[in-house]
Formats: sequence, C-alpha cells, structure tokens
Amino acid sequence: MTLYLLCLILFCIGLYGVLRKRNLVKIIIGLGIVEYSMNLFFILLGYRFGGRAPIDAQNQNILNMVDPLPQALVLTSIVIGLGVTALVISIAVRIYEKYGTFDITKIKRLKG
Amino acid sequence: MPNTNFIPWFVIIPLFNAFLISLIGKVLKRAVSVLSILSCLSLLIISFYGLNVLRISSQSALVYKIGGWVPPFGICMVLDGLSGFMLITVNLIAFFVLVYSLQYMEKYTDKPKFFTLFFLMLTGMNGIIVTGDLFNLFVFLEIASIASYALVAFGTEAEELEASFKYAVMGSVASSFIFIGIAFLYGFTSTLNMADMARILSLKPNTWLIPFVSVLFLMGFGLKASLVPFHAWLPDAHPSAPASISAMLSGVLIKTLGIYAIARVFFNIIGITKAFLSVLMFLGALSLLVGVILALSQWDLKRLLAYHSISQVGYIVLGIGIGSPLGILGGLFHLFNHSVFKSLLFLNSGAIDYAVGTRDLREMSGLKERMPVTANTNLIASMSIAGIPPFNGFFSKLIIILACLQKGYFGYALVAVVGSILTLSSFMKVEKFAFFGKLNERCRDIKEVPYLMRFSLIGLAIICVLGGLLLLPSIKFFLNGAVDVLLQGKGYAKIVLEAASK
Repeated sequence: MTLYLLCLILFCIGLYGVLRKRNLVKIIIGLGIVEYSMNLFFILLGYRFGGRAPIDAQNQNILNMVDPLPQALVLTSIVIGLGVTALVISIAVRIYEKYGTFDITKIKRLKG
Repeated sequence: MPNTNFIPWFVIIPLFNAFLISLIGKVLKRAVSVLSILSCLSLLIISFYGLNVLRISSQSALVYKIGGWVPPFGICMVLDGLSGFMLITVNLIAFFVLVYSLQYMEKYTDKPKFFTLFFLMLTGMNGIIVTGDLFNLFVFLEIASIASYALVAFGTEAEELEASFKYAVMGSVASSFIFIGIAFLYGFTSTLNMADMARILSLKPNTWLIPFVSVLFLMGFGLKASLVPFHAWLPDAHPSAPASISAMLSGVLIKTLGIYAIARVFFNIIGITKAFLSVLMFLGALSLLVGVILALSQWDLKRLLAYHSISQVGYIVLGIGIGSPLGILGGLFHLFNHSVFKSLLFLNSGAIDYAVGTRDLREMSGLKERMPVTANTNLIASMSIAGIPPFNGFFSKLIIILACLQKGYFGYALVAVVGSILTLSSFMKVEKFAFFGKLNERCRDIKEVPYLMRFSLIGLAIICVLGGLLLLPSIKFFLNGAVDVLLQGKGYAKIVLEAASK
C-alpha cells in the first residue's frame, strides 16, 4: 500500500511541475515524471513480492508468478513516452530560437 | 464464413505508405503524389467493400484474429456497424484533403515529410476504429496524437510552435489519464480484449472502480474531443496547422480520438448509466453554447471555425448523450455531416489564404467576383453548418432537437435551437465580410485556386448537398448499423466473442 501511495505522490509532483512551473524545460520534466509514475503503477499492479518469472519448466511447481503482461505494455508505453519527449523538446528548442526565452509567461502571442 | 482478411489493410496501407514516402520522398517527387493518391483511394474502396461484406454476411461484427490467436489471448480487429461508418467518414475526408493538399502544400518546403506525418495520423485513426483491444487503442491513439502534434507545428513559425507545445503537453496529460484508466481496468478484469472485458465487467459486481475509471476516461477522451472544460488547446492548435491539416483535425481527428472512443468505451465496455448520460448531455450542451458564443467575436477566419468545431462537437455529444435511438441517430448523423462541412470550411479558408494571403476577415472583401468556386462552396458549407433546410446539417440538427423533445428535455432543445441561430449569425458575418461587398484594392488581381483544390472543394460541397439523402430508407443501413452497435450496449461482448469463435 505504501508503494502505491508513493506512486501517487510521484504523480502529483509531476502534475505540479506541468501545471505550476513557468520554464518550458521544467514542464517537460514534469511530463516525464507523470509518465514514469504511471509506468511504475502499472508494473506494481502485476508484481508479486518474492514472485518469479512465469517460465513453465518440467518438474517444478511454481506458486508465485509475476504477471508479465504489464511489463510488456509498459515497455510500449516507455517508447511512446520517448517519442513524445523527443518531439516536445525539439519544439521547445525551436521556441527558444524564436522567442529567446523559456518563460511561458513571455511566450503568449496566441490568446486562448 | 465471410472473408475478414481485408481488415488489417486499414492499418497496413497507410503505415507502409508513410514508411515508403519517408524513404523515397527526397528522390522521387512525382512518385510521392501518385502513391499517396492511390493508397487513399484504395483505403476508401476497402472501407466501402468492408461495409458491404458486413451487410451481406448477416453477422453484426466481423473479427480478424491477428496471428490466429483466439480473442481473449490474442489481439483481434473488429469491424462492426459503427467501425464501418467511422471508416468511411475518415477515409472519405482523408481522400479529399489529400487531393487538396497536393497543390496547397506547394508553398511549404518539405512535402514528403508532410505526407509521412499525414499517413501516420491516418494509421492511428484507422487503427483506433478497427481495433478490438483496449491497449492497442491507446497505442494507435498515441500514434495519431504524436503525428498531429508535429503537424500543428509544421510551419515552424512562432505561433505554430507555441500552439503545438500547448497541445502536446495537454494531450500527453490526457493520454496519461487514459493509460491509468486502462491500468485500473486491467487490474480488475485481467484482460485487455474489449469484448472479454465487457463480459467480465458484467459478471463481476459493480464496485467503486467503475465511476472512478469513468471519470479518468471522460477527462482523457474529453480532452481529445475538446469538450468545454478541456477545450483550451483547440482554438490555438487547429488554426495554426496548414489548412488541409486543420480540416483533418477538426473534421475527423477529434471525432475519432474523442467521440468514437467515448462511445465505444462507455457504451460497449463499461456500460452506460443514467447518471453518465446526463453528464454527457450537460457537457454537450455546455460546449455547444460556450463554443458558439466565443466564436461570435472572432475576426481570424480559421480561429472562428475552430470555435465552431467545439460547438458542433457539443451537438454530437448532446445527441449521443440523449441515449434514445433517435438521439444516437442524430448524433452520429451530425458527426458525419460535421466532418464534411467543417473540412470544406477549413479547405475554403485555406483557399482564401492561398489566393489572398490573409486570414483576417477585415482585410478581405468581395472575393465572390474573383473566386466563384470558393465563394459558392463556402456558401453551401455555411448554410449546412447553420442548419438551413435543403442541406445535410439541417436534418441532423432537426433529429437531435426532436430527440430532445421526445424525451422531454425542453431546456436542451432550446439550447440546441439557440446555438443554431448563433451559428447562423456568425456565418452571416463570414459571408458578408469575405465574399460579398465591394472588391478592395488588395484583392484586385487574385486568381481562383488551382484545379485539384477546386476538385476537393466541389466534391465535398456535393456531399453537403446530397448528405440529407442518407436518411432515405434504402441507404439508411449506413447510419442504422452504427446506431445499433451503440444501442446493443454490452451485447457487444457476446457478438464479438461469437463471431471470433467461428
């Protein structure tokens, strides 16, 4: 239970970074933290303490197995996160070239 | 047993094409155009063929098992009435937009990259529609989203980068919520197959989990669909993209990623409740009003159209949220109609931008003389979106309002009527400033847009005029098939699992 709570705290830290920080790079880091906390949460769902890899061998009676599916899914999710991060960082670099700052309060030519 | 081998081609063709274009694009310029047109045309043909196979086969769903694995274990692709309907909508719009962008994109420097991203986005959208696996849906959703973030920033001007950054950050947070929702559902049901998940969810008793997951999905997909509390990114992102991409984003992307996903997940997997339907109706009515009121004061043509997208999405969600057969029919019919006329309007704004070089309504005037095709198609699209009788928008709005009255929601019916009137006034402003009036000095020697762009404009305008005919009894199966899928609710599980076991 403690682990799940820590996971939630990590998520909240990431969300705080996305919502409250003014620097573009810090927002991107916040985004990364949100993604990591989610991946961690998904891994925890399928993890068993003292469990082992689910490889079925002869003459062995395996009782406590780790669910391998979340790990496969999280691998996909990490790759997706990599793609998003790469794209967002390259956009941030181009924004810096155009505006000369990373401060989002100064980057507002669009009125929402 | 009907042939289902064509289903994976909805993903294979655009994905392979994107790969191929990025390889040969720099060397063979002409081949890129031919290849793109051919693949979009073949996708359109396969989607009509798919609907036809589905209709002949007397089954409610066709299932393709990837690698031959039976559904609860392997990934499957499902083509049912709703998928067939969405596939035709998406591929129809994609075809016209692609033909348009062959000439429109001449002013940008890197056409092959544009087509690569375009086809990646199409891969994502087709994938979301045909997949029968919840995590697969998430992966395709991210493919479509990442491609659209890059396409919004395609011009690499300051505003475009800013809009794209905003869109990317908000979109990623939304995806995170969807991911957590999927994680919770997997933890509860131990399966990712949508049909199997629906079966297990109806067997196990309903706990605290379902409302929690519903809220997560509503936040995630609602942001992708730009329902009102989550709409802040849309008015920046949609106008910043090149006009053909704005047409794709407003026309089909927000519907596939947002409304289709909401409908599929809530109606067929989680199961809808009265409370959830009333939330959907409230959000729909709110988007409808807020979007159109914000649109009234805009002078930038594309920004005005983007605010109208929010309001029209409100109509669709309101229609689906009524939950009666008539309401769902109206919602889905409006989805199709809105895809057609909103893409047409965005393509028109691109044509004006192409010819005159501005998007500000105050700087253009009297374009009707110089650009008759653009002016007339824009008039047709404006009348469709405002709901003037012979055009398609009128019928779908009428059905939604009638459905509201039938169920006794008089307040929502009133909101829909008021929204329609405000839409009309907003588009009268566009017509007055852009096309009527005296030709000003600046627009003295502009020309009508080239022939391929005109082809798309006229093609979409013809669909706008004839769209109302979809309600005729002989071709109503196109809409009815989609409505039946939503009405059967959790019966989806049984239908798909039966079709898969054959």
